[in-house]
Amino acid sequence: MVVSVLNTLDPQSRAAARGWSDLTIRNIFIIPTVLFLIVFNIFPLIYSLGYSFTDFAANRNVPWSFVGLQNYRDLLADQRIWTNFVITAKYVIVSVGGQMIIGFGIALLLNRDFPFKGVVTTLLLLPMMLSAAVVGLFWQLLYSPSWGPINYILGLRNFGLLSDADTALYAVAITDIWMWSPFVMLLSLAGLSAVPKHLYEAAAIDRASSWYTFTRITLPLVAPILMIALIFRTMEAFKTFDLAYVLSVQPTTELIAIKLYRLAFQQWDTGRSSALAYIVLIMVLAITNIYVKYLNKVKER
Amino acid sequence: MAHIQLKNISKIFGNHTALTGLDLDIADGEFFVLLGETGAGKTTTLRLIAGLEKPSGGQVFIDGVDVAAWGAAERDVALVLQQYSLYPRYTVRENLEFPLKPKIRRLPDAEIKDRVDRAARTLRIEHLLDRKTDRLSGGEMQRVSIGRAIVRKPRVFLMDEPLSALDAKLREALRTELKNLQMQLGATFLFVTHDQIEAMSMGDKVGVLNHGRIIQTGTPHEIYNNPRDTYVASFVGSPPMNLIDGKLVNGRAVMAPLNFELPFSAGAKTFAGAGTSAATEGRPLVFGIRPEDVYLESGAPVEARVHDVENHGVEKILTLRVGDTMLRATVPARTDVAIEQPVRFAWNPDKVVLFDKGSGVSLRHAS
Repeated sequence: MVVSVLNTLDPQSRAAARGWSDLTIRNIFIIPTVLFLIVFNIFPLIYSLGYSFTDFAANRNVPWSFVGLQNYRDLLADQRIWTNFVITAKYVIVSVGGQMIIGFGIALLLNRDFPFKGVVTTLLLLPMMLSAAVVGLFWQLLYSPSWGPINYILGLRNFGLLSDADTALYAVAITDIWMWSPFVMLLSLAGLSAVPKHLYEAAAIDRASSWYTFTRITLPLVAPILMIALIFRTMEAFKTFDLAYVLSVQPTTELIAIKLYRLAFQQWDTGRSSALAYIVLIMVLAITNIYVKYLNKVKER
Repeated sequence: MAHIQLKNISKIFGNHTALTGLDLDIADGEFFVLLGETGAGKTTTLRLIAGLEKPSGGQVFIDGVDVAAWGAAERDVALVLQQYSLYPRYTVRENLEFPLKPKIRRLPDAEIKDRVDRAARTLRIEHLLDRKTDRLSGGEMQRVSIGRAIVRKPRVFLMDEPLSALDAKLREALRTELKNLQMQLGATFLFVTHDQIEAMSMGDKVGVLNHGRIIQTGTPHEIYNNPRDTYVASFVGSPPMNLIDGKLVNGRAVMAPLNFELPFSAGAKTFAGAGTSAATEGRPLVFGIRPEDVYLESGAPVEARVHDVENHGVEKILTLRVGDTMLRATVPARTDVAIEQPVRFAWNPDKVVLFDKGSGVSLRHAS
């Protein structure tokens, strides 16, 4: 099919005048991309798969040896790694859950006509356009126990939300919610505005309460796009590094990505960190796959 | 079942006036058809009654109660929209159950099942009950949307051009079905359409709406035979009523550019009412005559040429040309005519309707 489209090269065009065939043009567009992908994505991916079976260390110029599945065995048996996974899971659930609820809630509020709707929507989108490092630095100031406004408003005095082992992870999650709720909001708004108005009118005529209308009409129609938002946010949250790294140094906020970073670039345990990276990759793929299966089911209904 | 009254309703959208001084009275159990062109304000009227819009002025009464403060739910009306508005992703059964399921007025399951089955049987959609709504044809969708209205036993059925998106055969079938349904249920129906055939064939009463005003209400027979003005005369009927300028001279109708005259009977004068007095003599008028009351006859008073012939199977519609005046005549299909053939025609003088040339209002309605 693609080829048949490409065959219709306009004989009057400049490309034709230069004697380029449609195949040449296709290659001009595709080959750089493919090369880029191979050099920067596929090659490192496969190379690191190789590393994951060795005891290679990138900072030492010593011969390395093949260790088979030893790295994987060690990692999966390591209690501390599992703690990192539990932390990550907690973080993903809290932060993605919060984003979904708040983002969708704001979208519901915005899904009507009011003055300056465009300006308000744009302003609400700002957080997600900022750099995570900058957001982290700002929220560090906001959370500051000595003069941060959050402690002042909540009356927490010198209690450091970010330096307390129990609250630090939630404080990071709240920052993430602040930053990424607009993303969910944006997608939800698109979904909500696609629900035809006459359905709401029909439901009003059918004497459905607003809750009944919401659960029976709005939610099912917006569900597929909410699922997409959920997939994106879960994947991103699972990989979170920057925000948590900037905000907190507590061991309770050591997400799997941070652990990975430390393993790879502080302990220089390249082989083992490659193995961990693969474990994470497989987990993210698995979770995403479950979502995608469910998404297809939702769409089919 | 309910009696609906609109009093002096007006509705303004921005700088567009949709309805002005609208009065409407729909008796309990009546099949009322609101007829008008696109943009005449039919849908707005319907939405005002349903409570989806608020009037800019005037009052809506349901069973004598002013319902200004009531929302759509409290008014207990059913509305069938032109675009069906079926709930997507649900089966036909789930769609039909929808209005019965809200928790507040939840009916027992057996009752819900019973009502859905009965509605499905009435509309002959039993075999579709477990199908998803996006796998239905247009006609089936419209039946389901009518079904969703009838499961509830509302006080009034409001229908917004429910048949206009369907093909001709189906439209005809559903027209009969709807009329039967209304008689079976004995319910009050307000049916909005731009199709005068629907209006004529279904309505107990017809209201003709033009530019946000009700021009005339009456039985289809009244509207057809005794139109209030030239707008109604030309809008209702296919082909429409012939309207010819002229005046009365010595009891004969003399057409304005003085190219022909026709007899005007004394019987028609009394039929035309008190307005037809001596004062009518010489006054500029518009003569209205239905095409079926124009007939061809060899000894008839006026000669014309056949300008065009439309064959409709059971009958032929001729366009006759007298000088530069055109008029339509419905003749039996077996009449043998050719284009440009000279013919002689006359009218049934008892069926002539006189309109005032200036105002367009029928003399029978003027007094």
